[in-house]
Amino acid sequence: MEYEAVIGLETHVQIKTRSKMFTSVAYKFAEAPNTLTDPVVWALPGVLPVLNFEAIRKTIELGLMFGCTIPEITKWDRKNYFYPDSPKNYQLSQYDQPLCLGGGVEIEMEGANGSEMGAHRVVKLTRIHLEEDVGKLTHFAHDSLVDYNRAGTPLMEIVSEPDMHSADEVFAYLNAIRNTVSFAGISDCDMEKGQMRCDVNVSLRPKGSDKLGVKVEMKNINSTSNVRNCINYEIRRQRECLESGVPIVQETRRWDAALGITQSMRNKEDAHDYRYFPDPDLLPVKITPELLDSIRADLVEMPFDRQRRYMSDFGLPYSLTSVLCHDRELCNYYEASLKAYPKNPKATANMIVNDLQRELYAKLQQQSSQEEDVFEETERKSVEHSKHLEECLLTPEKLAGLVEIIDAAVISKQMAKEVFVEMFATGKTAAEIVKQRNLAQNSDTSELEEFCRKAIEANPKAVAEFKAGNEKAINALIGPVMKASKGKANPAVLLPILKGLIK
Amino acid sequence: MSQEIYYKKLTELDEMLDKSEISAVELLKEFIGRTKQIEPQIGAFISFDESRALAQAAESDKRRASGRKLSALDGIPVGLKDVIAVRGQKLTCASKMLENYVSPYTATAALKLEDAGAVFWGRLNMDEFAMGSSCENSAFLKTKNPWDTTRIPGGSSGGSAAATAAGECVVALGSDTGGSIRQPASLCGIVGMKPTYGLVSRYGLAAFASSLDQIGPFARSVKDAAVLLGTIAGHDPKDSTSVKIDIPDYAAQLDAGALSGKTLGVAAEYFGDGVDAAVRKRVEEAIELCRSKGANIKEVSLPHTDLAIPVYYIIATAEASSNLARYDGVRYTHRSKLADDVISLYTKSRAEGFGEEVKRRIILGSYVLSSGYYDAYYLRAQKVRTLIRRDFERAFESVDAILTPTSPTPAFKFGEKTANPLAMYLSDICTINVNLAGLPGISVPCGFTPEGLPVGLQIIGKAFRESELLSIAYAYEQAAGFSDAHPNL
Amino acid sequence: MSDKPTIDINYVAKLARIELDENEKAKFSAQLEQVLDYFKKLSEVNVDGVEPSAHAHSIYNVWRDDIPTAAMPVEEALMNAPAKRDNQIVVPKVVDEA
Repeated sequence: MEYEAVIGLETHVQIKTRSKMFTSVAYKFAEAPNTLTDPVVWALPGVLPVLNFEAIRKTIELGLMFGCTIPEITKWDRKNYFYPDSPKNYQLSQYDQPLCLGGGVEIEMEGANGSEMGAHRVVKLTRIHLEEDVGKLTHFAHDSLVDYNRAGTPLMEIVSEPDMHSADEVFAYLNAIRNTVSFAGISDCDMEKGQMRCDVNVSLRPKGSDKLGVKVEMKNINSTSNVRNCINYEIRRQRECLESGVPIVQETRRWDAALGITQSMRNKEDAHDYRYFPDPDLLPVKITPELLDSIRADLVEMPFDRQRRYMSDFGLPYSLTSVLCHDRELCNYYEASLKAYPKNPKATANMIVNDLQRELYAKLQQQSSQEEDVFEETERKSVEHSKHLEECLLTPEKLAGLVEIIDAAVISKQMAKEVFVEMFATGKTAAEIVKQRNLAQNSDTSELEEFCRKAIEANPKAVAEFKAGNEKAINALIGPVMKASKGKANPAVLLPILKGLIK
Repeated sequence: MSQEIYYKKLTELDEMLDKSEISAVELLKEFIGRTKQIEPQIGAFISFDESRALAQAAESDKRRASGRKLSALDGIPVGLKDVIAVRGQKLTCASKMLENYVSPYTATAALKLEDAGAVFWGRLNMDEFAMGSSCENSAFLKTKNPWDTTRIPGGSSGGSAAATAAGECVVALGSDTGGSIRQPASLCGIVGMKPTYGLVSRYGLAAFASSLDQIGPFARSVKDAAVLLGTIAGHDPKDSTSVKIDIPDYAAQLDAGALSGKTLGVAAEYFGDGVDAAVRKRVEEAIELCRSKGANIKEVSLPHTDLAIPVYYIIATAEASSNLARYDGVRYTHRSKLADDVISLYTKSRAEGFGEEVKRRIILGSYVLSSGYYDAYYLRAQKVRTLIRRDFERAFESVDAILTPTSPTPAFKFGEKTANPLAMYLSDICTINVNLAGLPGISVPCGFTPEGLPVGLQIIGKAFRESELLSIAYAYEQAAGFSDAHPNL
Repeated sequence: MSDKPTIDINYVAKLARIELDENEKAKFSAQLEQVLDYFKKLSEVNVDGVEPSAHAHSIYNVWRDDIPTAAMPVEEALMNAPAKRDNQIVVPKVVDEA
C-alpha cells in the first residue's frame, strides 16, 4: 500500500524585545547563569506579571503578515504543570482566545535548478499565540542545574494545521517562517541559539484516505536539517510499522541527532492535565481597530511578494531574487542603491548578489575561522550578514556610483571588478579610485586608430578570417589593442574602429 | 480617651509625637514592653526585629525634630501580617514551607508605609497562606482572642487583629480574600477594612486567590483605618489589576453627620438561621441607631448570596492550587531530605512543607480545574460570580451602602470547627460575597454578646467609594461609642 | 452532578504533587466529597448566557512599554536556595526532557 505522511508543526519563535514578556528584566543569549532574573522571574512569593506590549504588537504584526484573523479580545491563561525549569510551575500562555487565528504561510518548494522558481503553496495555520519561555536545564551524571535567565522571554507559538506531507515541505515552511519573521524584525530565528524551535507531529495514512492516522510528536528539534532528518526517519519508521502490522503508539519521541533516529520517551506517569484557567493577575486585551490600523501601517512587504515585484518591476531573473529576497538587509541595500541610480536594476542586483556577497562572505569566513564554529551555514549567514552589511564601508550609494560609471563606459566591466574590491576594502568611491589610478577608459579615436592599425598589421591571419565571414576572429585583434592601451580601451568605441579599418 | 499609651489611637499618638510628649523610640519601647508582657497570653507575632524597628524609630525622631515629618504615620509602630514582603525580613506565610525564607524585595504597600515613616513592628500570625477563619492553621503558634483567650481570634489575619486589639501595635495590615480582615476584626472588637479590589497593590502580597485578595487596614478607630488606607492605596504599575484613580485624603473627609439622608440597605439573606441570636440583636440595634441618625433603611435583595460559599471555595481553591505550585522545594522553599528524584522532590517537599488545610484546598482546587470537571465547577462558579456581582449592582442602584453582620457568630472555641472543614467554610458566609463582587467592606464594633464577646457590623460600599463608606462607618462609630472598649489584659 | 460526587484522590494528589499517606487520603476524600456535595447547589441556578467573571472588574489593556530594568544580583537571587552550585539551582537529575 502507498502511504501519505501528514505533518503539522508547532513552531516556537523567541520575540526580539528589550525586556521579558511579563517583567522588565532584559534577556540576552549566553549570559552567565541567573544574572538576568528578578523576583518575578523566580516566582518569589508576592510577585505579579505585567504584559510587555511590544511582544503583543509583534505577534499581531506577524499574524497580519500571515493573513490571520485578529480577534477583538484575547486573554492569558495558566498552563499548570510541574517542571524545574518553570519557576511558577505554570506557564503563562493563551488557551482558547489566542492573538491570531487561521491564516497561512506561503511556501516555495525547491525548483528544478537554481534558476527556476519552484512550486508555491500555502500551508494553513491554526493559530499564533503568545507565551513565556522556560529556563534551561543542564544535566550532569548525578544531578541537573537550572539557569532561569531564559525564563519569561516572550515566545510566540505558530501552530500549523496538519497540512504538510514531506520533510521538504516542512523545510520550505520553516524557511518561509524564518524569512518572514526576520524580515519583520520580530526575531533572528537562530535555531542554534534557541530563537526558533519546533515540535513536529507526524502521522501516516493510506494515500487517498482523509482520515488521520495515529500521531507521533517529536519535541524541541533545534535545526532545520535535524527537522528534515527526523521527519524522514519517522516516516520511514511508521511505514515499516504499518507494513509489518506493528501498531503505532500515540506518543512523544525524542530525536537523537547523533544516532539519527527517534526514540520513545519514557511514558509519562500521568497524562497531561494542564488545568488551564484564565490568569487572574493579567487582564484581557482588547484589540481596537485603531491599534490594528497602526500595526498594519508599519507592516513590511512579504518576502515572496517582494521577490515577485523584483522580477516583474526590475526584470530580475529568479536566481538573483532568490538570493536577495532571503535577506532584508540585502533588499534594503539593493533598494537604497536603486534609489541612488535607478537605471540599471539588473546590473545593480548582479553586483550585490555576486560581488558584494562574495566579499562579505570572504570577510565572514576570515573572522569565523578563528572561532570554534558549529553554526549551520545558511542559518548563520543571514544573521551575520546584517551585521556585516551595517559595518560595510561600501555603501549602497557608492555601489550605485560604480554601476553608473560602468554604464557610462567610463571603465570596463573587467576593470570594475578590481575597482569593486578596492571600494569594499577602503570605502572610497568609484570615481575617486578611477581618478587616482587613472583607470578611465580610452575613447580617444585617433589614439585608438593608431593601436588598431598596428594590431591589424601584426595579425593578418585573423583579418583574413574575419573578412572570410568569421565574426569571432576579430576578438584576436581586441587583445593586442587592450594591451597597448593598458586595458583602458573602451570596447564600445574600439570595435567600430577595427571593423572600419578592416573594410 | 484611653489612659494606657498602647491603647491610644494613631491620631492621638501623632499629636503626642508632634508635641514631643513622647519620642518614637519611647513609643516603640512601650510597644516592645507591652508585647513582651502579653505575648505569652496572645501569641500574635511570628517574629519581630527590635533593632531594625528601633533604628526606624530613631530616624523618625530625627525627622520630626527637624520638622520633616513624613506623615501622621511617621514613627508609629505598625504590624504586618506575615504574608506581606519586606526586604531583608522573613516572610513565612505561617508555613513550614517558608520557615527560613527571607524576602529580597518589599511589597508596594509596605514600601508606601516606609515612605510614610511607619515603624515595622513585627510580623503577625495568620492561617497558613491565609487559608482559614480561625488562625488555627498557622504552622507556628496559636493566636488567642484578647477578649477570651480560650477562643479563636478569627482568621486568617488573626495575629493582626489580636495584636491591634491587645495594644501590641497601633495599627496593622492584613489581607482579605474571603473575610480575612473583617471577620477577625469583628471577633476582636476592632475596625478592619477590605478595600475595593484594585485599590491597594497586591505586589508583594503572597497570593492566595489572586482575583479576590486585597491588603487592608486594622485599627482601633475608623479614622486610624482611614489614615492607614490612604497611605497604602493607589495605582501600582507592578500590579496589572491595580486601578488608576485619585486617592483622596480619606481621614480628612470623614464626616460624623454622614448617616443623615443616606439610604442603607438591609438584605434578609444575611440574617438567616445560621446567625447567632446575640449577633443578630447587636446588628439590628446598629441598624436602628443608623436610622435614628437620619439614615433611611431599605430592604434589598441579594438572591444569590447562599451560592457564594461554593463559588468562593471553587474559585479561591482553584487559583490557590496554581498560586501555591511555586512552593515546590526547588528554588527557595523547604526541600525534603528524602527526595531521590524530581517527582519525589516535589511530592515530599510539599507533603512536609504544607499543613493540612493548605493541602486540602490545593487538592480541592486541582480537582475543580481538572479534566472533565472544569465546566461543572470552575466555569460555572465564574458565571455565578457574575450573578453575584449583578446582585450588588442592582442593590446599589437604590442604596448607598449595605449593612450586615460581619460574622454569623462571635469568636468560637479552639478546635470547635477544625474537624469539619465545611462548617468552617460556612462561617465565611457574610464576607465572601464582598470579595467575589470586588467591593469594599468594613467591619466596625457594634457591641458585645452576653458573654462579653465583640460583635462586628459589616458595611458594604460601592466600588472605589471608600471615602463615602469610611464616612458612614465613622458616623456610626461616633454614635455607637464602642471604640474605647478594650479587652482586660 | 446529580449523584454523590466522588474524588479520585490519588489522581488529584499526583496532579498537585503532594504525597498523602493513607490516613490523609481517606480523610480528605470524605471531607472533600462532603464539600463537593454541598457545591451541588451551584447546578440549581440557571447560568445560560451568563458571561464568566475571571476578574473582579471588567478592565482591559493594562500593559507596559518595553523598557528593560536592572537584573537582581545573582547572590540575592540564590540567597534562599536549598541547593546551589555554579550560581545555579541543583535538582535531582531530570530524566525526561519535555
